[in-house]
Amino acid sequence: MYAQMIKTARSGVKSRDEMTDQEREFQDRIDRGEKIEPKDWMPDDYRATLIRQIGQHAHSEVVGQLPEGNWITRAPTLERKAILLAKVQDEAGHGLYLYSAAETLGESRDELVRLLHEGRMKYSSIFNYPTLNWADIGAVGWLVDGAAIVNQVALQRTSYGPYSRAMVRICKEESFHARQGYHAIMQMAFGTPEQKKQAQDAVNRLWFPAIMMFGPNDSESTHSEQSMAWKIKVKSNDELRQQFVDQTVPQIEYLGLDLPDPGIKWNEERGHYDFSDPDWTEFFDVIKGNGPCNVDRMQDRVNAWEDGAWVRDGLLAHARKKAARQHAAE
Amino acid sequence: MDALFQFLLRMGDNTLVLGHRVSEWCGHSPILEEDIALANTALDMIGQTQLWLGLAGEVEGKGRSADDLAFLRDAWDFRNVLLVELPNGDFGQTMMRQFLFDAWNVTMLGRLMQSSDKRVADIAEKASKEAAYHVERSGDTVVGLGDGTEESHARMQAALDYLWPYVGEMFESDDVDAAMVEAGISPDPASLRGEFDELVGRVLAEATLTIPASPYAHKGGRTGYMHTEHLGHLLATMQWLQRAYPGAKW
Ligand SMILES: [Fe+2]
Ligand SMILES: [Fe+2]
Ligand SMILES: [Fe+2]
Repeated sequence: MYAQMIKTARSGVKSRDEMTDQEREFQDRIDRGEKIEPKDWMPDDYRATLIRQIGQHAHSEVVGQLPEGNWITRAPTLERKAILLAKVQDEAGHGLYLYSAAETLGESRDELVRLLHEGRMKYSSIFNYPTLNWADIGAVGWLVDGAAIVNQVALQRTSYGPYSRAMVRICKEESFHARQGYHAIMQMAFGTPEQKKQAQDAVNRLWFPAIMMFGPNDSESTHSEQSMAWKIKVKSNDELRQQFVDQTVPQIEYLGLDLPDPGIKWNEERGHYDFSDPDWTEFFDVIKGNGPCNVDRMQDRVNAWEDGAWVRDGLLAHARKKAARQHAAE
Repeated sequence: MDALFQFLLRMGDNTLVLGHRVSEWCGHSPILEEDIALANTALDMIGQTQLWLGLAGEVEGKGRSADDLAFLRDAWDFRNVLLVELPNGDFGQTMMRQFLFDAWNVTMLGRLMQSSDKRVADIAEKASKEAAYHVERSGDTVVGLGDGTEESHARMQAALDYLWPYVGEMFESDDVDAAMVEAGISPDPASLRGEFDELVGRVLAEATLTIPASPYAHKGGRTGYMHTEHLGHLLATMQWLQRAYPGAKW
């Protein structure tokens, strides 16, 4: 997901016997479905895990501007250009909003950005894939924002108040993005043969990376249990992935496109679609930094940050001068 | 009416080309708030383009849409001033260019609200609200960076020195303008100069920047006689999909 493979800051789940009174009380609140607020007491590991998860989510929104920005200057109509600009603007806003949520836990945006640029924090694997034709922009909105929604709708019930509220607000915009993305790719799937070919190409390339967004299979997902107990994570990777596949396969069929995975078949007994596992070796390669765009994406972000240092310094210096002048005038 | 068509192209091409330039920043600005602000500025510019070029197509009466005009004309048919097609340069140059354009645009739109053509007046009214916000924002940034550190000051002065020779073109007048003035549709651009100089002079003084002494002004954009080399590359990118797949709907 936008937050993948988040290491819980402790291994295994603490049993009630291992907990202090304070920890037991905290767990009881969570079990009762109460929200934890910034000023409330919380275990250090809960705080650390949340900072990692929210920080990674924020980084994903920010880095996610790049693959979409790749097509802003080539958008084929004024309306499409406007829609894409508005979407990318929303994503940057999500980043800002999530960094603020992390700040309520005592971690500054500058620090999180520093960790990202030093390669010590990650962003979603999906943004390490390229956008190669205009249909990719439709597909990103439809599949990537679509997958994000599946995860984030679940996270609206997360135990940390500011994160949960951020998810409610963000989900509304993500749904809008997903609908617009689907509409853009529909226009192409129902368009000229060349456009249909582009739409098919986009779906073929982005399908597996999209279902990888939910993270490894539950059997491989080592950090989930404590996060589930704390309701930082609400549904398992495989549950969410299945939900996404079930909602998306009929949409692909409606477009008249070939399914991107020959293993996709309706399973009457399960009441779900069967589908093939993505290539998990590829997934772990991307996570390790060997995806098709990892190096370029990070270079872009680091360059933007470094090239912008004089701007941040300049504006800060001006604000100080202005405050000093005001002070002198009083 | 050909003069009205030309006038509308001048308005719409300015915002189209500048909106495109600003959108090139996506994801690369100095701070997240600026990514948001630049996307928002580009979005407003593209929105204004849809209105101006939409009306241009209507006035022309040949069935061309705003998209046809944006994506299927070649460089010599573009009527934007040279200022807006210049490259982004660093963030300072982008913001200085934005400020100089915003200061002209907000002044122009203010006058166009009294246009004898209601369609023009309506667009101006809508756009002037955005322009007022833009000029305040770009002006604040110019002041902040001009009166910031030694480095930011030097960069802003360099940006102003580079861009200033492109300011004069915004106040040129020709037969098209004379016809627009006569019809009460638009003011003579030359008549905007006083208001512009007052606004720009005040902001640049606060920014501790010096307006170059030479009054020399490049021109050729708004008449289409001679654009810069930059415009062709911009259009090659912007128009590529429409050109590569003629007749496709997007
Ligand atoms: Fe988002
Ligand atoms: Fe997104
Ligand atoms: Fe989104």
